[in-house]
Amino acid sequence: MKASHTELIVRALENGTVIDHIPADKLFKVVWLLHLDNLPNQITIGNNLESKKIICKGIIKISDKFFEHQELDKIALIAPTAKINIIKNYEVVEKIDLSLPNEVTEILQCVNPMCITNKENGITTRFHIVDKAKGTVKCHYCERIINQEDLILK
Amino acid sequence: MKSNGLVSIGDYTKEDILRILDLAAQFEKNPNTKLLEGKVIATLFFEPSTRTRLSFETAVNRLGGRVIGFSDAATSSSSKGETLKDTIKMVSNYVDLIVMRHPVEGAARYASEVASVPVINAGDGANQHPTQTMLDLYSIKKTQGRLDNLIISMVGDLKYGRTVHSLLMAMRYFNPTYHFVSPPELRIPEQYKLFCDENKISYDELEDINSVLPVSDILYMTRVQQERFTDLIEYEKVRNTYTLRNSMLDVTKDNLRILHPLPRITEIADDVDENPKAYYFEQARNGVFARQAVICSTLGLV
Repeated sequence: MKASHTELIVRALENGTVIDHIPADKLFKVVWLLHLDNLPNQITIGNNLESKKIICKGIIKISDKFFEHQELDKIALIAPTAKINIIKNYEVVEKIDLSLPNEVTEILQCVNPMCITNKENGITTRFHIVDKAKGTVKCHYCERIINQEDLILK
Repeated sequence: MKSNGLVSIGDYTKEDILRILDLAAQFEKNPNTKLLEGKVIATLFFEPSTRTRLSFETAVNRLGGRVIGFSDAATSSSSKGETLKDTIKMVSNYVDLIVMRHPVEGAARYASEVASVPVINAGDGANQHPTQTMLDLYSIKKTQGRLDNLIISMVGDLKYGRTVHSLLMAMRYFNPTYHFVSPPELRIPEQYKLFCDENKISYDELEDINSVLPVSDILYMTRVQQERFTDLIEYEKVRNTYTLRNSMLDVTKDNLRILHPLPRITEIADDVDENPKAYYFEQARNGVFARQAVICSTLGLV
């Protein structure tokens, strides 16, 4: 009864957000980039769970927390397969499929030390997504192409 | 509403490129006009580049405009710690157009966003130098009579050579065939090979220049800089291997022309200069016409 067990975990949340289907090797990166370590809310984290879609998945359940689109973009950048479930009164009221927008602002830092965004204060970083599947981005300013594994999230 | 200026060669469509090249041809026929009369253009050179600055300033002067600016960051207020943003905001108040060279990548894009007048990028670090690309394209079209279906061999430092990267991308509209000739340590970066694949451009990578000489329409030479090598013996070896000499040109096609963004050091021997296939000095001259075209187009005067 593995399936119902997973369901039970999800149902256990009264109000909040479930981030499901996170690749196991990305789970703690998601925890870190959403700054969940500093959140006072109740959080359940599971990893290396079996899943139909990916062999080893992670799941994060956060009580009374609903993410802004910029935070969702961060998840989409490093774990595009993740699924977001919004829970209200023990029911899944919304399922959000993560999809990368055509560009992201603020959440990334350019890897190029000679980029103007790393040289002058007060510039909002801006990146164009050049390959949504691979998570490759291009800095709007210095035009450097950056692969997903090299991304620096703020 | 300000026009966008020219920050990156990617800002230009195929139609833009062809229009600018036609304009440049008109300026070559008639370089002295009064199109910029009453206009003031700033040339802000945060790093020295004599050739580019003189070319831009000649272009403005021949069009009857006036120039203000500086040729070195040491003589600008950035040496006192002023931000680029503040410098650009201030200069925007004075002039109709800003031409800027800056050592930091992306500086031109940022300047174009904070300026109230158009900005033309005259080089931002290792990133872009779009007017160089326009004069390269103009030189290719002028010497070959066309841009389509040419065999272009790029030789030397293909890893760091910014002019190579921009030209390679701008030519995508014209079905080129590329031969990339370089020492192993200065090979064309992966992202540009990917670019060629995506745009269905055929290319190969070679280490020996001799095999491309008989087939090329354009030989685009670049400088192999000593600072790219940790091993000086290796540098000497590479430098000698990639020196083009007059005797090597006997096997080349009649229409072959040799381009080089200049300055050259040893990669083209002096005895090539007198060969009619040497085109690099005319290429530099074409820079004035190409910049006249870009300036007038940016200001909406043509």
